[in-house]
Amino acid sequence: MKLMIVDDSNIIRRRIERSQQIDRLEVVGAASNGREAVELFRRTNPDVVTMDLTMPEMDGIECVQELVALNPNVLILVVSALADKATAVEAIEKGANGFLCKPFSDRQLNEALEELLSEA
Amino acid sequence: MLKEEEIRTFIEGTTNYFETSAQQAASVGSPYLVTDGNPGAYEYTGVIGISGARKGIVYFTAPRGMLTVLLMRMQETDSSDENIKDLVGEVANTISGNARRDFGKNFVISVPTVIAHDPEKVSAPHARSYVIPINWRTHSAKLVVCLE
Repeated sequence: MKLMIVDDSNIIRRRIERSQQIDRLEVVGAASNGREAVELFRRTNPDVVTMDLTMPEMDGIECVQELVALNPNVLILVVSALADKATAVEAIEKGANGFLCKPFSDRQLNEALEELLSEA
Repeated sequence: MLKEEEIRTFIEGTTNYFETSAQQAASVGSPYLVTDGNPGAYEYTGVIGISGARKGIVYFTAPRGMLTVLLMRMQETDSSDENIKDLVGEVANTISGNARRDFGKNFVISVPTVIAHDPEKVSAPHARSYVIPINWRTHSAKLVVCLE
């Protein structure tokens, strides 16, 4: 399965690339804002996306909507420091499949990706 | 007057970062009040601006040594300046996320900005700031809460 990572933090992108679940995934690209993510999505058509919410140019919620419009079957894990319930509910309503709060441990990341992949 | 639970939210946002990301808890020193408008900063600082019910800034400031070890604990081998700035911004981002969760829409919280290599540029908007020492391993950092 193809994975696209969307986060404006380089260290978060690299942590996701080091996840234990990465053996089951092929990283097809990483984007640091929503606009870049939509372009990359069109080119690479990933099956799985990890998505930050607070990013320049286009925020993660808007980006989730655009990606789901392009491919309703894409699996999206939101990874965000916005820890309030309303944000998580909004992300799920717009089409995300899971929510992981920052900061996260390697175990939490692994479990969240595993759960996401079980939906495939 | 700043409420104790407001300060606690910012402290928990900070210590949670160490405990979760590095799997090693940070300890909190005795908070103190600075009244001369100069709470001070280390080499790297992540700042969040706050408006609405309260106005001012909250920042986490740390020396390079602490942030480098924190990166290593997160299995990150690249301790370039860019990654260190990224990290201090992520700590501030977490503090911001915690505050949004606990304070709701009465607090308008900005996306964090990072100030590096120029601690003099970190300026408090009000004379009074609460400084909370954050100790982790052998390193010391500060959380500064400056709200009117």
